[in-house]
Amino acid sequence: MTRNISRRSMLKGTAAVGAASALPMLPFSAEAAGEIIVGGLHDLSGFIDFAGIPMNQIMLMAIEEINASGGLLGKKVKGVVYDPQSNMSMYSQFATQLALKDKASVVMGGITSASRETIRPILHRFKTLYFYNTLYEGGVCDRNEITLGTTPAQTVEELVPYTMGMWGKKVYTIAADYNYGQITAAWVKRYVEQNGGEVVATDFFPLDVTNFGPTISKIQSAKPDMVMSVLVGGAHLGFYNQWAAAGMKKEIPIASTTFGAGGAEIEIIKPEVANGIVTSYGYYPSIDSPANNAWVAKVKKRYPEKTPFLTELSAFTWDGMMIWADAVRTAGSMDRMKLIEVMESGKTYNLPSGQCSIDPKTHHAIRDVYIADLQDKTFIIKKKFSQVQPADTQSVCDLVKNPNSNKHYEISLK
Amino acid sequence: MDYSLVVAIELLREVAGLILIATGLAIVFGMMRVINIAHGEFIMLGGYTVVLTTKQGVNIWIAILILAPLIVGIFGVIVERLIIRHLYGRIIDSLLATWGLSLFLIGFVTVVFGNTVEGVTTPFSAIAIGGYTVSIYTLFLIFAAMAVIASVYLTLRHTKAGLIARATMQNPDMVETLGINSKLVYMATFGIGAAFAGLAGGLLAPISGVVPSMGALLIGKAFITVVTGGTAVVAGTLSASSILGSISQSVTFIFGPVFGDATLLFVALILLRLLPQGITGRIFTRSV
Repeated sequence: MTRNISRRSMLKGTAAVGAASALPMLPFSAEAAGEIIVGGLHDLSGFIDFAGIPMNQIMLMAIEEINASGGLLGKKVKGVVYDPQSNMSMYSQFATQLALKDKASVVMGGITSASRETIRPILHRFKTLYFYNTLYEGGVCDRNEITLGTTPAQTVEELVPYTMGMWGKKVYTIAADYNYGQITAAWVKRYVEQNGGEVVATDFFPLDVTNFGPTISKIQSAKPDMVMSVLVGGAHLGFYNQWAAAGMKKEIPIASTTFGAGGAEIEIIKPEVANGIVTSYGYYPSIDSPANNAWVAKVKKRYPEKTPFLTELSAFTWDGMMIWADAVRTAGSMDRMKLIEVMESGKTYNLPSGQCSIDPKTHHAIRDVYIADLQDKTFIIKKKFSQVQPADTQSVCDLVKNPNSNKHYEISLK
Repeated sequence: MDYSLVVAIELLREVAGLILIATGLAIVFGMMRVINIAHGEFIMLGGYTVVLTTKQGVNIWIAILILAPLIVGIFGVIVERLIIRHLYGRIIDSLLATWGLSLFLIGFVTVVFGNTVEGVTTPFSAIAIGGYTVSIYTLFLIFAAMAVIASVYLTLRHTKAGLIARATMQNPDMVETLGINSKLVYMATFGIGAAFAGLAGGLLAPISGVVPSMGALLIGKAFITVVTGGTAVVAGTLSASSILGSISQSVTFIFGPVFGDATLLFVALILLRLLPQGITGRIFTRSV
């Protein structure tokens, strides 16, 4: 049998497979079909694909649900998905393509702040509505962008007093050495001091550092009451294993603004190491509300295999799709400014993540924020804060006064 | 007092880390003059061997100490037969070929296992040193590095196989006339170098986790250590690891990891300016 496969037929076969697999990437001319195009730009490969793949799965599921209930304005919604591969030049290429060639009505995506700042100005220029659904350091001021992820002022503000109340006032911060880590560490310091505590030291680590031995010794000699981890990415996960291996788990508790944010961490780091880490996000799969329980069941039914991680990132992508669809239905139009005006009107949305409305001044979400304790791969929710304002971005941005703003402010706390 | 002891252990740990990642490369580069850019990926394969076999229920010690070096060693022999043996004496060509191999391995592992970090729990608990605690695994790493360097030394110096290997590297034609198949010696040497890379990957997997791109982070440090050390496998690796590791880790303690890594490069730069043939090119010239 194998002898029948000549080199030529083999080549033909593989070429056909290659062509077929390229097909879904080709956006068909959508205008003619009268479809509404939703663009998806998530990292489906590369170092944060563990975050991008679930976001994309949830976006496609939302499109299916919108279509199942009759589409929007009598038209079907169609997702056009590209994989920018964590490559910024591909991000800008695909964003331009979505805006000009595919004529997308809305674009969902961008994960890192770098990718957001690559595509945000492009979509602003081409007047294509943009949803950024990832937690980030705050400061985007752009009327064309709806920002649904939590910012440090929403999560750190609650996490710091809660954990200091449990554990004590001396805090040691370890953070990733780039803008998210630097800015979040500054917010940690501010909230610790506002609550009468002290940050004994802040150490920054480049994203490829894997050896945390010296830091663990330094933490032991500083004897803080708690460690605040703002570590990011795969290499930094080594910290938690080394911390547990040094026997520190029973000695000093850890709070984190990042652990479990992408969902993969709680699968990679074994429960005996990760149990007891306290985090704060705008979504946990364990939120016990009818809306969330129904949504989680729906996701599991849609994706019985390769069930996406349910985190802020994927849940807020769902939020983004629902808020956008609601705006289209309410406005009865696809006109971008009409949609923005609907979303700015202060409507309250009931979503799996809780209650949410769009702040007209910053276009960031005013949303419910939770604090949870990780036990055996499950986040047990300890406390809920209702309708938390994105105070950091509000301190620099006012889109009511400056509707043409097109900027990412670096919020300085010094 | 306790603190200085903890610092000393961390310095030794960094030295041990350099010895582990550099030994396999030192054997391949120092003895065979083959620049194996895929060395970092051999380490990565060792790490994946441990993660995957322990997931299947294999005892972690068997996975680290036996399976990782064995599987990567066999893989090294295959690579030597298919690629490396055609390129002896052609340093630039071997560099390009192994670079291609390195890209292939990263891509292959990414496709098969995904571009996500995999981990195993660190074995052992911790011991207390005064008010501090140190992971016993850290001490085990230091011990493992000493065992690696001792075994290479004893093999090269005191066994017939070591003698044949050294002779082959110096004059393969003469060895052939004495009835020894020099091709087999080359193959075995490359396989052993690969096996040490696999062992290093296995030993590092529990503390840093494994990811397809991890080799790129290690290969730089490994090469700098080997080049700084010079051609003598044991004395070179040992001296370069000790100097670079202890200085960079001291700086890490005082100023943080960014300065630690920068200092490692800076010290290597100065050493190579003063000793272009590496440390063993000028000092310890008669050692192995």
